[in-house]
Amino acid sequence: MPDPVKPDYAWPAMETRRQIGKPISRLDGHLKSSGRAKYASDWNRKDMLFAALLTSPHANARITKLDIDEAKGMPGVVAVNVITPVGQQVQWEGTEIAVVSAKTEELARDAMRRIKVEYQVMPHLVKEEDLAKAGARAKAAGEQVTGDPDQTFKDADLVVSDGYYAIPVLTHCCLEPHGQVTEWTADQMNVWPSTQNVSGHAGDLGTTMKFPADKIKVHMDHIGGGFGSKFSPDRWGAENARLSQMSGGKPVKWMLERNTELQIAGNRPSAFAKIKVAAKKDGTLVAWQSESWATGGIGGGGSPPIPYVFTEIPNKRMNHSAVATNTGGVRAWRAPNHPQASFLTCSALEDLAAKLNMDPIEFFKKNLALTARKDLYSRQLDIAAELIEWKKYWKPRGQNGAGPVKEGLGIAIGTWGGGGHASRCQTTINPDGTVVVETGSQDLGTGTRTVITQVAAETFGLPMSAITLHIGDNSLPPSGASGGSTTVGGVSSSTRKSTVNALAKLFDVAGPALNVQPTELEAVDGRIQVKGNPAKSLTWKAACSKLGVSKISEMGINDQRKPEGLNSSGVGGIQMAHVSVDTETGIVKMKRFVTVQDIGLVVNPKLADSQVHGAAIMGICGALFEERIMDAQTGKMLNADMEFYKLAGIGDIGEIISHLDITPENDKRGIVGLGEPCAVGVVAAIANAVANAIGVRVPSVPLTPDRVLAALNGTSSGSSDRRSA
Amino acid sequence: MSEKPTKPSVSRRGFIGGVSVGTTALGLLETSEIEAAPGATQGPDEVPITLRINGKAVQLSVEPRVTLLDALRNRLDMTGAKRVCDRGTCGACTVNINGRTVYGCTTLAIDAQGKDIQTIEGIAPEGKLHPISVAFVNQDGQQCGYCTPGFVMAAKGFLEKHPNPTYEQVERGLGGNLCRCGTYVGVRKAVLEASKNMKGGFHNA
Repeated sequence: MPDPVKPDYAWPAMETRRQIGKPISRLDGHLKSSGRAKYASDWNRKDMLFAALLTSPHANARITKLDIDEAKGMPGVVAVNVITPVGQQVQWEGTEIAVVSAKTEELARDAMRRIKVEYQVMPHLVKEEDLAKAGARAKAAGEQVTGDPDQTFKDADLVVSDGYYAIPVLTHCCLEPHGQVTEWTADQMNVWPSTQNVSGHAGDLGTTMKFPADKIKVHMDHIGGGFGSKFSPDRWGAENARLSQMSGGKPVKWMLERNTELQIAGNRPSAFAKIKVAAKKDGTLVAWQSESWATGGIGGGGSPPIPYVFTEIPNKRMNHSAVATNTGGVRAWRAPNHPQASFLTCSALEDLAAKLNMDPIEFFKKNLALTARKDLYSRQLDIAAELIEWKKYWKPRGQNGAGPVKEGLGIAIGTWGGGGHASRCQTTINPDGTVVVETGSQDLGTGTRTVITQVAAETFGLPMSAITLHIGDNSLPPSGASGGSTTVGGVSSSTRKSTVNALAKLFDVAGPALNVQPTELEAVDGRIQVKGNPAKSLTWKAACSKLGVSKISEMGINDQRKPEGLNSSGVGGIQMAHVSVDTETGIVKMKRFVTVQDIGLVVNPKLADSQVHGAAIMGICGALFEERIMDAQTGKMLNADMEFYKLAGIGDIGEIISHLDITPENDKRGIVGLGEPCAVGVVAAIANAVANAIGVRVPSVPLTPDRVLAALNGTSSGSSDRRSA
Repeated sequence: MSEKPTKPSVSRRGFIGGVSVGTTALGLLETSEIEAAPGATQGPDEVPITLRINGKAVQLSVEPRVTLLDALRNRLDMTGAKRVCDRGTCGACTVNINGRTVYGCTTLAIDAQGKDIQTIEGIAPEGKLHPISVAFVNQDGQQCGYCTPGFVMAAKGFLEKHPNPTYEQVERGLGGNLCRCGTYVGVRKAVLEASKNMKGGFHNA
């Protein structure tokens, strides 16, 4: 047989699209807004038991005694599973010690409280702000030097800004906590997890539990937030399997309590830096020097990529230390390390611009040759400036009127990869005309279901209601974990390929019926027709009936390394904030926030806008409200709840404007991810707007009233200007 | 056994709502204590209770310490209300009791006896959507959706009291609910859309 002609997978031309590019409402929206959507935490199985977890109250301790006898004998208790046995060390508060299964949640908690543990408590370090106090816990990475920073900084003609900037550890605080329902009988394990990685869950869990992955069934319809913290089955996933086994194979539900969720289920590393940056009087950046440190828990903290975006500053010296703290471990967070890098860099640059008496937009523009996307950023700066009415509202730093409430504007810059992860999709066309699309992906609320269905409907010229989609199960063709803003690129590409492959097979059957070559056919408006000739056509149903008794079932594969033009990566973005600050109370309020985001082909602009809005709001949380607060004395997290781990409310966000660069030129790049890039510069832009408003830098975010007032009083805490510890 | 509630339930929302200008929180607490009639001691073991949920009487057996939220989710498989903060902060567990919007996580199930409890499951007939739910879809006032049922219930209670709300009123009225995905832009629009679409009177489906 001759090789078949390679099908044309290319996206349909922009102007011919019927589904792709349309602002279609999310397909599962009605399930969510009516409370009918079932999340992992909502599964109630017959005879299901509830788990209650005992965690370590100490940040660094060795277990010297552990007595579970009383707990085991309590009414309703089925099993007690010791996770951290006597002799082992715990290295952060919240570490899993033992877990109980019981007939009700209340009884499980009662029994958990009767487990007796004695600890040998050891010294801990839980705060990293003061690098000098970290001692041996701080591990320096190698110094990086470019050019001759020392000599350059000696140049008396340069304008130099020297600052300290701090962005704290945040916790993911997914509204649905981590956890799962697990039932593990002799030869089968069923898991209903809250996961960003449906297809990979069984493999990870099977390896940990030494149980064949093909006997682990994983199912998840909906997930209540992940943001990078729900990739692995986790220790509780594995221990819940064991607990189910110990409970005679009964299903056990184990969702983390909110305090534990905040203590151990994911956080974003902090970043602290002393940064010196120099420019010529005309604003040309010439030198950068930074001493940064961070923690992501006991493993230290990765170095944020600074200087960010303006990577080609000719003379640089960077030092970074990773501080190991006795706190829960770091996890990926929406654009890992980029928000911190953007905040550190853009803060330092805005401070220098103020010292130069330059408009920061002009200052950024002056130095865009030091970035990888000069023209793009320049254009985005113009668009963003117009949307936020920069010319109307921006005043030089500190010149924002005599009244107590000052307004200010700030800018930030970002970049990200994106692309499409490895994904397989299978499409079946049945003789009765029904279409089933299957892929083992997951919809994090980004709209994955909707996007896949749009792509399939587009290929087939059918309404979206004609497509039945199955995702969220590991029996389906595997699709990648949802991370790195690669899901829409991955699943759309595999869906496109599988639907094009399936359609080609349908054309093979419909061609003879219409007395034309299959290659002369197209699928439009519910018909299979000769290209451009609706008169010579079959209805979709009639064409499918020609299949007789056999169905079409075709796979489509997206290879991450060979996207074949369907997706690509690499974007830039500009964000601007307009705030008001009450200098008497220190309260910062959002007035307007603008995101101008570089993007490729947009499958669904409505859902894309929601991603941008969501990223802006999450950034507003980080800029104004949220931070993990550790207590140096006790080693505990002081705000492991949602009353004091503060998130923005609906009245805190101001106006948010999303501008996606949807152009024919960008469309040719194929799909590029969006969820992360638009989350990068939010904190930086708001911090700069506040500095612009009040005339001084508030070195540490979140920009809480006390910090704003301290900055106004000249009493900010900070390593270069530390007046209060 | 307990056809009458022995103690008024005080949700955080109701609690804060009750704090008028010049009234200290302490003062309100004292009032609640005074109102709490000394009833027969119940528990700590399970007691049979009857709850009127979405118009239907439901009998179940719970320990007195069980919250209404946990009774709904764990005993009755009504999982629309979510357990997120479990401490009266986030509103994901929002239900309506006797016309008041309350947090299910800070209301005891036994205290909800003798009252009309409405949950997200009961605001529209099976297979139909309440106009507020429709507006949340239309305006994409949801992403992961975990906070959404709580927002819809809070919006319903809010719109019943403010059928023609301003933007600012929406921001205040929905201030008792938190979202992590950042759906507030869509939520604001959804509540305003719903207020328009409910003019026909679909207040109680």
